[in-house]
Amino acid sequence: MAARGPERVSVLLPTYNERDNLPLVVWLLARTFNDSGIDFEIIIIDDGSPDGTQEIAQQLEKIYGSDKIVKRGKLFLFPSGTAYIHGMKYASGNFIVIMDADLSHHVRLDFMYCGKQKEGNFDIVSGTRYKGNGGVYGWDLKRKLISRGANFLTQVLLRPGASDLTGSFRLYRKEVLQKLMEKCVSKGYVFQMEMIVRARQLGYTIGEVPISFVDRVYGESKLGGNEIVSFLKGLLTLFATT
Amino acid sequence: MTKLGQWLCGLALLGSAWAALALAPPGLQPPAPLRQALLPLPVYLLVAFGCYSLATVGYRLATFNDCEEAAAELQEHIKAARADLRRRGVAP
Repeated sequence: MAARGPERVSVLLPTYNERDNLPLVVWLLARTFNDSGIDFEIIIIDDGSPDGTQEIAQQLEKIYGSDKIVKRGKLFLFPSGTAYIHGMKYASGNFIVIMDADLSHHVRLDFMYCGKQKEGNFDIVSGTRYKGNGGVYGWDLKRKLISRGANFLTQVLLRPGASDLTGSFRLYRKEVLQKLMEKCVSKGYVFQMEMIVRARQLGYTIGEVPISFVDRVYGESKLGGNEIVSFLKGLLTLFATT
Repeated sequence: MTKLGQWLCGLALLGSAWAALALAPPGLQPPAPLRQALLPLPVYLLVAFGCYSLATVGYRLATFNDCEEAAAELQEHIKAARADLRRRGVAP
């Protein structure tokens, strides 16, 4: 077991047009971490948002300090995954949190980190909407059905040992995330699934914490035919290759 | 081995066992009642799995939590965040 230095959590926030949500997310994160005494930094990776997200990030940096807010931007072409690789280079923490910047992930990081991770010394703590008192808000029946159906299919085909594979609210040890990023090749929803599947293969331990997914406080969430098709393609690819 | 590989192996194993017993030549056939049960077994299993899937997804759909409190709490947090940020000069 490696010696424990001072611990720090780096939060990776990929953003695109999150001008309204970003300050709120940062404020909530800062408060959660400060209240629980956890050392942290927030890495904002913006994909050249045209709505002024970068300016807001700059203002936040002035308020919280540039050791707490790290701002990197201007990636073109944004397949899910490259933002994390880019962001990880600047992460100085030994734990990395990946979450959405649109307030859909209710910030309960103290629970994830101090609670679950410490409890089992897990390599990964995954937020799940499907167990315990985890759940969603703002989804109609159809959306819930698709979610449960897709998850069932995933469980049958991949037997992943984790209840929520497409969720993207997770805490990783830094070296674990680095290792997984090297191995994963998919994009979008499937990328999140592949991370867990590969983690299992590599023998990493995964703890689960119920989370609430509050759908798009502002703006609308997307789940069209295209997403479903690419999810199925990704699922079958994982089925055949892992 | 990939998951697909595991499935194919499993299916090949079960399939050949079933074929050996159910489709055996007259000399090596198991007793008649066993054969009668064995022949439609794959279809029965498929249907049973279908029913299990429907029941499981239906149950999970019905018990899918609606996080009213989390949403309400979030609205509270947003209000507090906005007020504080305005004080500090960030315009959300």
